[in-house]
Formats: sequence, C-alpha cells, structure tokens
Amino acid sequence: MSRIKKAFENGKAFIPFLTGGDPDIATTEQLIHVMEENGADLIEIGVPFSDPIAEGVVIQAADERALKGGVTTDDLFAMVKRVRQTSQIPLVFMTYYNPVFSYGNEKFLANCQDCGIDGIIIPDLPFEESDEIRGTCQKYGIDLINMIAPTSEERIEKIAKSAEGFLYCVSSLGVTGVRDNITTNVGAMIEKVRQYSDIPCCIGFGISGAEQAKKMGAVSDGVIVGSAIVRIIAEHGKDSAGPVGEYVKMMKAAANS
Amino acid sequence: MEKKGRFGEFGGQYVPETLMPVLKEVEEAYLAAQKDPEFQAELKRLYSEYAGRPSRLYYAEKMTKDLGGAKIYLKREDLNHTGSHKINNVLGQVLLAKKMGKKRVIAETGAGQHGVATATAAALMGLECEIFMGKIDTDRQALNVYRMELLGAKVHAVTSGTQVLKDAVNEAMREWAGRMDDTLYVLGSVMGPHPFPTIVRDFQKVIGEEIKEQLKEKEGRLPDAVIACVGGGSNAMGSFYEFINDKEVQLIGCEAAGEGADTPRNAATIANGRLGVFHGMKSLFCQNQYGQIDEVYSISAGLDYPGIGPEHAMLHETGRAQYVPITDVEAVEAFEYLSRTEGIIPAVESSHAVAYARKLAPTMRPDQIIVITVSGRGDKDVAAIARYRGVQIYE
Repeated sequence: MSRIKKAFENGKAFIPFLTGGDPDIATTEQLIHVMEENGADLIEIGVPFSDPIAEGVVIQAADERALKGGVTTDDLFAMVKRVRQTSQIPLVFMTYYNPVFSYGNEKFLANCQDCGIDGIIIPDLPFEESDEIRGTCQKYGIDLINMIAPTSEERIEKIAKSAEGFLYCVSSLGVTGVRDNITTNVGAMIEKVRQYSDIPCCIGFGISGAEQAKKMGAVSDGVIVGSAIVRIIAEHGKDSAGPVGEYVKMMKAAANS
Repeated sequence: MEKKGRFGEFGGQYVPETLMPVLKEVEEAYLAAQKDPEFQAELKRLYSEYAGRPSRLYYAEKMTKDLGGAKIYLKREDLNHTGSHKINNVLGQVLLAKKMGKKRVIAETGAGQHGVATATAAALMGLECEIFMGKIDTDRQALNVYRMELLGAKVHAVTSGTQVLKDAVNEAMREWAGRMDDTLYVLGSVMGPHPFPTIVRDFQKVIGEEIKEQLKEKEGRLPDAVIACVGGGSNAMGSFYEFINDKEVQLIGCEAAGEGADTPRNAATIANGRLGVFHGMKSLFCQNQYGQIDEVYSISAGLDYPGIGPEHAMLHETGRAQYVPITDVEAVEAFEYLSRTEGIIPAVESSHAVAYARKLAPTMRPDQIIVITVSGRGDKDVAAIARYRGVQIYE
C-alpha cells in the first residue's frame, strides 16, 4: 500500500506545508519530525521556485529566503533521504513544473523514488499537459496529485477520474494565502468529485484557523495549511519547532472536531 | 490528449487549474471574433482612424548611402498612436474583452509601452484598467507611469522577485487567477499560455502584411531581409509572419545582450537559454541548472525578459529565422546614429534592430533590400540614454 493511503487512516487528515530550506535545510528537517510528532498525517515540502505564480506573498517570500540561502533540489533529495531513515510519514513535493522539467523528469522522479517521496503536486501543470509526466511518475511509483479549483466545474470529471493519491481541492480563486472567509461551496465541489471517484479529497488555499479547519474537515477528507505555517516559520526562524508543533496539534484536533 | 497551441514542441498551456476555463473562454471568443465581420470591420476602422495605420514604409536614403550596401527601409511603427506597435495588439484584445462582456482589463508592462497602449485602448472603449509594472521599471520609466495614470489606469508597482518585467507578468497572472469573471488579461507579447501567442501574433501580423504590400508598390519585389528586435517577440513575429513561406526572405531577430551575451548581465535567451516551462509556455528560458529563472539585464526595459515566445523558439529551431545578440553599447550607438542620420529617434528596443542592420547592410549588394521594423519611438528613452552618457537632465 502506498504511504499516501495511510494518511487517511486516522480521521480527517491534517496536511501541513513548509518551504524546503526556509530558513535552512536543518530547520526543515527538524520541522518535518516535529509535524509528524504532533499529528500531521502527510507533509507537503515546497521545492522553492524563483517565480511561484500560484503563491501569495507569504510563500513567495519563503521561496526567496530559501533560494537566497542557497538551497537546491539536490539538497532537498538528500534531506528527505535522512528523514526516511527514521520516519514513514507520507511526504509529497509541491513545486512548479520548471524545477522538475529542467532537472529532467526522469531523473527528478527517479530521485524522488530513491529518497522516499510519495507524491508530487505541480500547480502549473494542468490536466491537459500532465500526460508528459504521468507515465514517468507511474514508473517510479510517485503519485501525481491532481488539483481542482472553483472554476473547474465540468472539468472535474476527467480530473477526478485520473486522480492518484489524493485530490487537491483549491478552496478559492486567486493564490495561496490566509483568508478570513472562504466563500466557495467546497462541499459541493467534493460532492461532484464523489460522482466519479472515491479518491480522498483535501482542501487547501486560505485555511489558517481552527474554526476553518473544523468546517473544511467536515466536508472533506483532509485539510491543507501552508501560508499560516510559513508565517510562523518566518517569524521564529530556526526556533520554530515549538510554535509549529503546537499549531499542528491544534489544527489536527480542529479538523477532527 | 488534445495539445493546444503548439509550435513544434513549444507553447502549450502550463497554468494553474483555476485559469484553464478562462483560457478556453478567451480562445472561443477569439475564434468567434475572427469569423465575425463586424469585429473585423471595427478593428480595421480602429487601426486606420485611431492608430493611424497603415504605418509608413520609409526609404532611409541617408542611412543607405552611409552604410554603402543594401537599400534600407524603415517600417515606422513608431508613428502609430501611443508610439509603438503595441497598439495593434491592444486594440484587438481590448475590443475582444468588450465583446466578451468583460468590464476590466489588466496587463503587465516592462518599458511601459504596452501599459500605455492598454490604458489608451481601455480609455477609448470604456473599460477599467490596471497595469502591473516592476518597481525598478516604474522608477526608470516614471514618465510612462504618469502617462498611464493620466489615461485613467491604476498602476501597481510590483515589489516581488526581481521587480522587473517577468515579475510583472507573475503578478498579472496571480491577479487574473483571483478575478477572471469580469476581467481579461491583455498579454503584451507573443508569449504566455495558448491562445495568447496566436492571438497576439494575429493582431501584429498586419506589420508584415503592410511591409509586403508597400515594398511591392515601391520596389516591385520582396525584401531580402526583415530585421526586428525581440524580447517576448511581438513586433518581430508581426513583421516575420507574412514572410515565413517566402523562403528567400531572411528573418532576423535581435535580442538584448546587455553587457555582452557572454557576461552575466544580458537578456539573450536564444544565445543562452535552454528548454523550460514558464509563464504558461514551453520555450527557451535563461535559467540555472535547477530551473530557477535567471535575473536578466538589458538597458532596454522592453527586452529585459528571460524567455522568448514559443513560435520564435520554433523558428529558431527550424532555422527559418536567425537570432543575433546586440549589446547595450551597440544599441545606444544605433539610437544616436538613427537620430543623427535620419532624424528619427528610435526606441532603445528598436535600436537593437537598427544596430544589426548597420552590421549587415555593408555586407550586402546595393540591389538588395533590408526592412528594419522601428517598433517604437525613443522619446521615452531620452533621459535614460542621457544618463548612460553621463548627462543629467530633468525629465
């Protein structure tokens, strides 16, 4: 069984995101363990990109910090390999297509398999372009995580039917970042997915507080939080373990309340 | 699976899922507009009565004599309303926005020419307009910022990333992903996700069509070479497209080599870029070994872009067009040369094309013909060139 399936065996999944190498690789490695210890079911590791067009200002700044610090894709492969010596938590990379394509799809995915990455999310690789990498993902046993958005509507059928691992349901228009209100009827989006697939559906974009986690947990299989965590890391830097751990614990509980 | 908008292996639609439906909406509206005689008639009227088309094809007699080789013609896109070829595209796209029922247009701009043109068309057609421009560019092109505001547009100085053109595109795409119901992103060059490279080329191809017709009238023949500057590549694509099947016509794009194509400070994508995926398209990009997009540099804010439109990447790969690097020094000398020789101050972007013509013309025979597309006028660059020459003037 793929490790990603295990993320959904413990109630509603809580999926935290952090940018790899922000503020440095050692902190990222430490935080992955801290997140797992505090109830994270799957962790998204951002491979930083110079031009992250789906990100709001918080994650943009994290990518800039990581790249300025000199982190590379190879550093992240090595870091994941170290994590895997002691942890079986499902791990996915979230990045943009150029860092993968430019590295070489074959080589990138072979390295993912080798270091123990379970899936990959590429927000600027929509369904129509995804076949250029899907076969290679399958070859190396890496789930290619599809996304649906509030605008997807009749596109949901084909996207849901080809989904692997879990389906990333984008809660709102626009880019990542904390929002006071999520106005989209995400529950209705997920009901539509259910007509075509029993893939686990996780909601991301804009979620930060316990109340939102509870609401989104109620209509889905899991809750993804990025910017709110990256903001904690931006504030506490290398000393983020305490506050990130507490936050993850609180949100895992909220998603299941 | 259906692959849309491909030029060989280049092009495509590499955008977040959120934007895929609106790209389809734009494509469908564009295909309908192409077949709509009313749309075409309205665009033709705007080109003629508002933008001042056809632009002139001017025989540069003094330059021809001075260089002592091929006969040189200048395609005067600088004489268009708003001072550059950018108006051709925006009149088409803003008219399309209106037909689509959109109330608002957004656009990126580098030098400010596309921003000014978009603000102009939006004012004319009664749409709201917001322009995204890198903070560094708002500083070096302050006059164009005020010009856009004068035309009723709101200008956002983009402080993310490297604060230049590529970051302005990022920000415009982010904005569009948040609001597409009433908004069209009016992309300024033959780049981005399908259908933009095709739409922009189609609205710019009037340049080459006119060159062919005007030269036939004056000389009764085709040119031997057509030269244009290339950032994203819209004026070059517009100049080249009509001649692609006329194999005897040499097509030459001039890219910005900044301080030199072999120095760290340049924007010469064909010379230094490699295959990648960015801003919605597969094409050639200046990038590092891990696929991080390079910070590029040119004296020209309009050519300061780390990529090139996908159709140009294809023309390069098939060898149908050649792309040559031109440095800041060469461009500035050409800027001054055309000003003194013909009394025409070209945009610093267009000066890259003029610079290459100065090298090429003397190697050709007097019975051969070069057409240079002067994509824009240089008034906007006067202060920057003065600074480059160590002269401080007040704008």
